[in-house]
Amino acid sequence: MPVPDDRKQQPKTTADAKIPGAYEGETVTRRRFMTASAHTAGGIATAAFTLPALGMAFGPVFEKEQVRWEAVGPTEDFPDDTYIPRTITLSPGIGEVGKSTVYVRRYNDTIDSEVKDEYNDYVAITSRCMHLGCPVRYVEASERFICPCHGGVYDREGKVSGGPPVRPLDRFYTRVRDGIVEVGPRYSLNSELRRFSPRDPGQAIDGVGQYLYPSRPSIRKLPGT
Amino acid sequence: MAKLPTTSGTRPRGTRAETTEAPATAPQRNKLQETGVSTIDWLDERTSLSAGARWMMFRKIPKGTNWFYTLGSATMFAFLSQAVTGVFLAMYYDPSATRAYESVRFLTNEVFLGEFVRGMHKWGSTVMVILIFLHMARTFFFGAYKYPRELNWVIGVVLLILTLAMSFTGYLLPFDQRSYWATTVGVAINGTGPLVGPYLSDFLRAGPEFGATTLARFYAIHMLLLPGIIAAMIGAHLYLVARLGTTAPPWIRAESSPELREDSK
Repeated sequence: MPVPDDRKQQPKTTADAKIPGAYEGETVTRRRFMTASAHTAGGIATAAFTLPALGMAFGPVFEKEQVRWEAVGPTEDFPDDTYIPRTITLSPGIGEVGKSTVYVRRYNDTIDSEVKDEYNDYVAITSRCMHLGCPVRYVEASERFICPCHGGVYDREGKVSGGPPVRPLDRFYTRVRDGIVEVGPRYSLNSELRRFSPRDPGQAIDGVGQYLYPSRPSIRKLPGT
Repeated sequence: MAKLPTTSGTRPRGTRAETTEAPATAPQRNKLQETGVSTIDWLDERTSLSAGARWMMFRKIPKGTNWFYTLGSATMFAFLSQAVTGVFLAMYYDPSATRAYESVRFLTNEVFLGEFVRGMHKWGSTVMVILIFLHMARTFFFGAYKYPRELNWVIGVVLLILTLAMSFTGYLLPFDQRSYWATTVGVAINGTGPLVGPYLSDFLRAGPEFGATTLARFYAIHMLLLPGIIAAMIGAHLYLVARLGTTAPPWIRAESSPELREDSK
């Protein structure tokens, strides 16, 4: 048996509600309509300056960075058993601040476990520690990359051999043009040296990490690598 | 309400009383006093500010109120000091990646009192963080966060976070080696938050690398966005303090009036 609806029946029109000055068939009072219009107008006006301003602040998150290739020296400069430090520009137009050190050497079958392809005839390793981004230094005597901040240590392939870093040192794509080695965009590696779109320091890629720290629209690995 | 002299009597509004001839003994002082009083009366008649001021300043406070209760005001004065010194530092500072360091060097070494004002801003920021934690500890140990003051605790926590955000964004501005690397590390720490972290660090840097607009972004957040929010939050914090009153220290026993006391025999 259906329960009878004993709620008070809402009047459909303002005339039914016996509001003074009601027009026939009017369902919303003019006062309510004006209030709603004023609030809507205010909302639109606020959104008109807030949304573009926020878009400006958040735009760079979605803007893709240009792929740049930078010459670091002729091929004969780089041996295959030790690293040569070179300075490259990560962010152009801001002087010294935009520069960074990369460690470059020729690919060596007996050392390297990264799969060989057209982009790693020369191995270019970043000096950015994968713990929190301090600058690491390659120490020839111990064949290790060592970070001064919190004691991160990497072997000569850039794999973590001690300390807090969460993944191997990032690398840069390299290519050879007219006998000159060029360094391109950065990419990240998991502990098996498989390539991933570049992550920030401190973000693990192994296991669930690659989903917890998704790649960003602003910077991706080269397609097909 | 104080009696307003300009509206008393039968004179029409806005006309001046002509009777108050100053006594010959101290005419100067009386005239000054009168000018001051009439100025304040003029303002008060149009704004009723004195009522608000009285509501804010002449509050009842519980027995046992002591020096620990001044930590909040101390924090606020630390903020005011940061705001004032910051405004004047901004007159010499240049938030561009190539010129920031040089402008800070200039304002520290060449500008009259520049080193002193910058020192106040630099050390004052540490003082403010210490004071805010002491104020928080006082509130916690005195139980002053309990009903009905929970919302004020929440606002206080927001103010603490905003203050730490001020410290973080301000640290980059001198743009020396220490600031650059500290910010690199700090942004990377932000990036370790799961899911949103990578986007948050891109937002802070305005891109995937520390770039041309990162410094300007930190500067705008440091000197425009955060101080505005902090000032508004301090206003809300103070309003609630005045509205709800302060708590007695926990060692003061509540005394109810004898007629309200129940006979517990």
